[in-house]
Amino acid sequence: MSTPVTTETKPAPPVEKIKVKVDGREIEVPRTTPDPISGKPIPTTMIQACALINVDVPHYCYHPKLPVAGNCRMCLVEFGTPALGPDRKPILNQDGTPKIAKSPRPAIACATPISPGMEIYTNTPAVKQMREGVLEFLLINHPLDCPICDQAGECKLQEYSVDYGQSASRFVEPKVHKPKAVDLGPRIVLDDERCILCTRCIRFTKDIVGDDALGIVNRGSYNTLTAYPGKVFDNNYTLNTVDICPVGALTSKDFRFKMRVWFLKETKSVCTSCATGCNIIIGSREEKVYRYEPRQNDAVNACWMCDSGRLNYKWIGREDRLKDVQRQKEKSIWNAALNEISHKLKSAPVGSVAIIASARQANEELWLLSKLKAKFSALSDSVPRMAEGDKLLLNADRNPNTNGARLTGICFTEMGSTIPQIASGISSGKIKTLIVFGEDVTKHGLGPDLLGKLETLIVSDILPNATTRLAHYLLPGCAHAEKRGTFTNAKGRVQKFMKAVEPPGDARPEWEFLHELVFNVTGQDGFVTIEGLFNEMAKEVPAFKGLTWAGLGDSGATVPI
Amino acid sequence: MIVNRRPLTFWEKLYLPAIMGGLKVTMRHAWRTLFAGKKVTMEYPEQKWAVPPDYRGAPYLVRDQDGSTKCVSCQLCEFVCPPKAIKIIPPGPAGQIADRANAEKMPREFEINMLRCIYCGMCQEVCPEEAIFLLKDYSITGQSRQELVFNKEKLLALGGVHPGIQKWKHKAEEAKEQENFPVKV
Repeated sequence: MSTPVTTETKPAPPVEKIKVKVDGREIEVPRTTPDPISGKPIPTTMIQACALINVDVPHYCYHPKLPVAGNCRMCLVEFGTPALGPDRKPILNQDGTPKIAKSPRPAIACATPISPGMEIYTNTPAVKQMREGVLEFLLINHPLDCPICDQAGECKLQEYSVDYGQSASRFVEPKVHKPKAVDLGPRIVLDDERCILCTRCIRFTKDIVGDDALGIVNRGSYNTLTAYPGKVFDNNYTLNTVDICPVGALTSKDFRFKMRVWFLKETKSVCTSCATGCNIIIGSREEKVYRYEPRQNDAVNACWMCDSGRLNYKWIGREDRLKDVQRQKEKSIWNAALNEISHKLKSAPVGSVAIIASARQANEELWLLSKLKAKFSALSDSVPRMAEGDKLLLNADRNPNTNGARLTGICFTEMGSTIPQIASGISSGKIKTLIVFGEDVTKHGLGPDLLGKLETLIVSDILPNATTRLAHYLLPGCAHAEKRGTFTNAKGRVQKFMKAVEPPGDARPEWEFLHELVFNVTGQDGFVTIEGLFNEMAKEVPAFKGLTWAGLGDSGATVPI
Repeated sequence: MIVNRRPLTFWEKLYLPAIMGGLKVTMRHAWRTLFAGKKVTMEYPEQKWAVPPDYRGAPYLVRDQDGSTKCVSCQLCEFVCPPKAIKIIPPGPAGQIADRANAEKMPREFEINMLRCIYCGMCQEVCPEEAIFLLKDYSITGQSRQELVFNKEKLLALGGVHPGIQKWKHKAEEAKEQENFPVKV
C-alpha cells in the first residue's frame, strides 16, 4: 500500500495561473496540479485544462487518479504556441494579438504540459481524422463480441466508436486471437482479445494498491495482459480494475452474466462495511441489488473501494429477511405493536429501560433513540466491530456509523463499555425493558438467560438471530439500500445515502417507526420526513450544527469529532 | 387554420346522383358475390388465410444449422420491447455455458408473454445474433394467462431451425488455426 488515496479538502497553496485558449475560449489554468500519486506539483496538462471547461477529449489510458502513460493516442489534439521573434519577444498580428505558431504535429493532450498563451484545438478536421484512425487501429483485433460482453453499455470503445469512429471496418485479414475467459484472480475474469492495452489496471495495482501483480507480455499484435507467473491477482482492490478498464477485458466474476448494465437503476449511497464510508452507486433492477460501484468523492475514497465492501450486498436480498411484525412471537401489525410498546414505555419508571443501538444505524435513528434514552435516563450502548484495516481505504472499525453513535450520545468513546453495566442491571432486576436495534446481543454479554429475565424485550433487526428469536416485540427494519439517512464516517464526514429498493414484506425504515414511538412516548412531535428529521437533529445535536439535508449534497460535509 | 367550405353546386344539392352512384357500387358487389361466384369471406378457422411472405406473426427463438441455441442473452430485445413482453434471465456467473464454443453465454430462461406482444418486430430488428424471428403464427390462443407466457423451450420448439453465418463457430475455428503461431502465451 503506497499512499492514502483520500485527500481531505485542505486549502491548497496558491498556484500561479496561466492563460490558455481551448477551442477559442480563453481560460485561466493553474500552472501546476498535484500529482495523483505523490501529491507533488507537476505541470498541468492540456487534457486537464480542457476538463476545466468541460471540453471532452476522448481518452483511454489517461485517468485523473493514475499516473500518465500516454500509450493509447486517443487524446491527440492540435495546438499552437505564441510565435517568438529573433528578440525572443512574441510576434504580434496586425490587430495586436500574439501570432500563434501552430504545431505541425499533434500532441497527446494527457501528457503535454500547457504553456502561457497556448491554444488547444480539439475539434479540427485533422483531430477528427486522427481519432478515426486510432479507433480503427484499436478495433483491428478487437473481437466485437459486445452481445456477450458484460461491459457493453458502459464501454468506452463502444461510446467513442459511435462518437468519433468510422462506420465500417476496412480490415479483411483474420483477427489475432488471444486467450479468452482467463481466470486472473478470485474475483476477476480477463478476456485478452478485448484488451486495448491501455495499462490502466497495471498502473492502478502498482501505484495505488502497491501490489505489482499485472503486466504485459509478448510483442506487437500479440501483446497480452497477464498476472505475474505463479501469482494470482487477489489483493483487496482488484475489482477497481474492472471499473477503470475502458473495455470489457477485465470483468467481475461476481457480476458476470448477471444483468446488462443498461437495466440497472443507479442510486447514490454509502458503503456500510467499514467506517471509511466509501461513496457508492447501487445498481438495482426490479427491487434486486446487483452490484455496488464506487462513486467519486475526493474527500473520502477518490474513485476506489475495496472488494470486501463491494461484494457485501448479498444479505440485502436474503430469503430469510425479517418481513413480519411480531408480538409475543406471533404475527402482528405495526399499529398494534407500536401502540402496545408505547403504552408499556409510557408507564415505565425512569431507570428501568436500557437501549442497545447499532452503529450500523443512521444518525437520525440513533438521535431518535437518544431521545428515548433521555426520557428514561436509560443506559445505552452499542457494539464495537474491530478488525484489521489497511492504509488505503479499509478502516479497522467495521461499523459505518461509530461516530454517529458517539455524537448522538448513544455510546461513549469506548464503545461497548456500558454493556456489563446493563447486564448487571438486568440480572439485579433494575432494568426491566431492553430495546435492541440491529445487534445480536446474545453474542455480546447479554445471554439468553439474562434476556429471559426482562419483562419486555423490544428488538428491531434485518436478519433473524438469537436475539430476534427471544424478542417480545420484533420490528422488521430496513437495509441502508431500502431507506434514506446519513452516516458519520471515521473522519467525521456526514454523508447521505439514498433508497434503491423497496423493503421486503412489512419491513419499514427504522427512523419512521422510531419517530412514531418517540412521539407516543415523549410527546415530542417533529418532522415525518427524513429531511425534516435531519434538519431538526442538526439543530439539536451540537456536532451537526449548521448542517442541512439539502446542504450535504452528494459528497457530504465534515463535522468536528 | 380555417378552411372555407365550398358551397355545393346545384347538381350536388340534388343528392340523388350521389345515392345512385353509391348504389351502383353496392349492386356491382352484390352481382359478383351472388351470381358470379366471387366470394370475399372465408370459413375461418377451417379455411386459413395465405400468410404473405413479409408477415409479422409471433416472435419465436430459432436454432442454427447445428441445432445450437442462437440467443446469447444480450437482452437487447428485452430492452427494446415496447410492451415489455420479453423477460430474460441471464445465466449468471455459475450458469450453463453456451451450446457453441466461444459464445460463452445463453439465456437460463427466456419468456415472451404473448398477451403483451404487439408483433412490432423490434426484437427481430435489434437482435445481433439473428436468434429471434417473427414467424407466421397469428392466432395465439390459450385457456389461461400463464399458458400464453411461452418459455425458452417452447419458443425454441416453435421457432425451428434458421441457418445463419455462425460467427462464433468461425471465431473458434480461426482461433484454433492460430494456435500453431510461433508465439505461445
